[in-house]
Amino acid sequence: MKTKWMTTTATAAIAMLFAANAASAAGQLNIYNWGDYTNPELIKKFEEKFDVKVTVTDYDSNDTALAKVRAGGHGFDVVVPSANYVQIWIKEGLLQEARPDQMENFKNVDERWVDVPWDPGRHYTVPWQWGLTGIGVNTSVYKGDINTSAIFLDPPEELAGKINVAPEMNDVLFATIKYFGGDWCTTDKDVLRKVRDKLVEAKTKWLAMDYSVTEKLPAGDYAAVYYWNGAIMRSRIKNADIKFGYPKEGFPYFMDSVALLKDAKNTENAKLFMNFIMEPENAALISAFAKYSNGVKGSEQFLPADMQDAPELVVPAEFQPAGEFLASCEPDVQQLYTRIWTELQK
Amino acid sequence: MFKSHFDIRSQPGFGLITLFTFFALYLPIAALVIYSFNGAESLSRWDGFSARWFVAAWQNAAVQDAAIRSLVIAIWAAFLATIAATMAALATTRTTPYRGLTFKYALINQPLMVPEIVTAVALLIVFSRIKVWTGYSGLGYLVVAHTAFCIPFAYLPIRARLESMDLTLERAAADLYATRWQTFRHVTLPLLRPAVIAGFMLAFVISLDDVVITEFVKSGGQDTLPTYMLGQLRRETTPEINAIATVFLALSTALVVVFFFINRKKQ
Amino acid sequence: MSGAQEAALAVQKQDIRSRWLLSAPALLIIFFAAVGPLLVMLLYSFMAKGDYGDVRFGEFSLDGWVSVFFQRDIFDDTLGLADAHLSIIWRSLQLSFFTTLLTLILGFPTAYFIATRPPHSREIWVFLVTIPFWTNLLIRTFAMQQVIRNEGLLNNALIWLGVIERPLQIMYTDTANLLGMTYVYLPLMVLPLYASIEKLDFRLVEAGYDLYASRLQVLRRIVIPLVKPGIIAGSILVFIPSLGAYVIPRVLGGGKNMMLGNLIEMQFGSGRNWPLGAAMSITLMALVMVALIFYVRNASRGGSSHV
Repeated sequence: MKTKWMTTTATAAIAMLFAANAASAAGQLNIYNWGDYTNPELIKKFEEKFDVKVTVTDYDSNDTALAKVRAGGHGFDVVVPSANYVQIWIKEGLLQEARPDQMENFKNVDERWVDVPWDPGRHYTVPWQWGLTGIGVNTSVYKGDINTSAIFLDPPEELAGKINVAPEMNDVLFATIKYFGGDWCTTDKDVLRKVRDKLVEAKTKWLAMDYSVTEKLPAGDYAAVYYWNGAIMRSRIKNADIKFGYPKEGFPYFMDSVALLKDAKNTENAKLFMNFIMEPENAALISAFAKYSNGVKGSEQFLPADMQDAPELVVPAEFQPAGEFLASCEPDVQQLYTRIWTELQK
Repeated sequence: MFKSHFDIRSQPGFGLITLFTFFALYLPIAALVIYSFNGAESLSRWDGFSARWFVAAWQNAAVQDAAIRSLVIAIWAAFLATIAATMAALATTRTTPYRGLTFKYALINQPLMVPEIVTAVALLIVFSRIKVWTGYSGLGYLVVAHTAFCIPFAYLPIRARLESMDLTLERAAADLYATRWQTFRHVTLPLLRPAVIAGFMLAFVISLDDVVITEFVKSGGQDTLPTYMLGQLRRETTPEINAIATVFLALSTALVVVFFFINRKKQ
Repeated sequence: MSGAQEAALAVQKQDIRSRWLLSAPALLIIFFAAVGPLLVMLLYSFMAKGDYGDVRFGEFSLDGWVSVFFQRDIFDDTLGLADAHLSIIWRSLQLSFFTTLLTLILGFPTAYFIATRPPHSREIWVFLVTIPFWTNLLIRTFAMQQVIRNEGLLNNALIWLGVIERPLQIMYTDTANLLGMTYVYLPLMVLPLYASIEKLDFRLVEAGYDLYASRLQVLRRIVIPLVKPGIIAGSILVFIPSLGAYVIPRVLGGGKNMMLGNLIEMQFGSGRNWPLGAAMSITLMALVMVALIFYVRNASRGGSSHV
């Protein structure tokens, strides 16, 4: 009996070993995206409409995705890099021009997101979602001005020891450099020395550098965070005391865009998918799941009610000039920043 | 049982520490299981009893695929690793040192010594070449990678046991003209059994746990439960994770119990 | 050379040959999926770093190796010890040492207790040790967080008992790292210890008592020396993964302070310095390897003495 059971298991296991990739390339699409970022409903809709089998595989950082695709043999068709990585992907020769600007649904893309610095005229990429890194404060703990990076760099007494900062080198350094009036990608040693000293000092007043904001900010473990707006919106929905602040000294935007890989095997399906997500109703599905804005006009009406005029998603006019896209710095600048970051976490 | 009798095996306080160990081992697990029945969105706030997260997990095809894939890989890797490790342990213990012995130890334990991320990046470089050459991109790569880092985990307990096992019985068997295979099958293996089981369990658990190597070796559509959850770590974690873990625990416990009874009957 | 000697030599030769054959599958798999790729890494550590990760193939450079230990100061450009790297390495060593110690203090009595149960129930106990570990590391880390967080089980219980008035801040400290790693790596200590204690010949213990040894003396002079291989195996299995721990410092430690695993990971990630990452890992590996060979030499001496 035991042997029979074992044979069955073994057969099943062997079958699975080889079945996984048996499906033919025709009618397939392999998406490589951030984890927990792709709405299963969107995928299902696409699969049914075009009779295509879609697989979604996760990554957890831009660098992992870059390393894997560069190595080859990955089997993916589309990838969703962040704005500051798109140029790297292009330079390394990993993307092909999908020409989304000539696609049928391109007219739906918000003009604001057409001539973007990382892909002028959108020859390579289609907007997926965008957001920004800002301040979230529990106003039952602190009632002062929250539209400033001082919340986490020079924290008021009420907040000290209860602050969480996103463990993202670029976002944190960006805000701190701006706090001292420097430019992103600066190599000015005076500014950088101030940045380093300030971060080392401020860190003693931080509780954590963690990702679990949507849970711990509403629960009261954290009283203030420097984090992404979508997560802070989710926190506010759970706890009405949470308010969002736009750091007036400067805050970074991010945008993730869908791109077609050079060694994609299912190019046509990938293009179908790119066109598909520029349809307002489908773009709304993306946002409804991950809670960030998309770049498609007319998708607002399909969004859940609590997202349509969320103060975290709609940037007020007075703060718009403070926002800037995180550019990709030169390699030696990046290395300098890495050193500061390492020193901060030693 | 025999209070007055002096039990040479007992040591004072050991029972108490064991009790504490088991308490500490199961306390977080208990919290995990209880919170899987939480009605709230959050991991930390209790909001009434509900099975909604089980329903959510049940409807989440991605999670199910990932869980099954994790199990298949872990069973394969643990199975292969235990066989290879047992053979290697037999070859490297109870012998006068011979040329290459230390080299073997070092080689077998090598996967332990390297941080996972390094093996992961290195495997990415090598395996992706092979994927391009052969065109095969199935689960085989993950099984091989997992087997390699499971081997030392299976090897160490088996070796530890072999080393403290005396040779008398095996010599007796040899004196009775048993072949080497017979000796192994009827003398060595039964004595070795607890260590082989311990080694298999360790390897299995280690394979189920792996995130980093899997993240770099996997091809399209090959997320395992840990890599799936790594993606969630960055965004939002709901009690759905607890529900998945609870189901996993229940299933594996049931499997172990069945395995036990079958075994018991045979004996 | 006499005929008998020759025959004995032939037997010995055959024995060694069969030992190589027996170990071949393990060696092949490890060579293919661990050592071989590592040689690639060794090669990479001597290359110049690529602009966006990876290396410039064929461009030789020692930068990776030099910057493991020495770095130019960011501001005044003087060459000095890379104190950020060294202090991260030092913290990792300390935490891993205490983790090993704690798992040993808890694990040894537990393994001993299990090994002295009646034979049939032993396997059940072993399974009981492993069952919590059938869920993966991330889930276990989250579960641990439920226990030690400010509103968690531990703090609530202590407040309810009146031991403390306000919650203890355990999360996001090195204590959280230590507790988390001890929890996660405990079975890696218990299982090898059990396998070795279970084989213990209690007649030797009895002989000890006959000579009027106390329980402590028996434990120290008889039991522990006999199960030393198990203790060493367990310590290796706990110490080394602790050194490379990555998820626990991020979740329980709150990601404020890096450990070696995080530092190395960063070089292959946002740090984009693969040669440095490769050189760091090989340095770490070399250190551990030397310690291990030293241990194994000692252990096999101690192990064979009582056969």
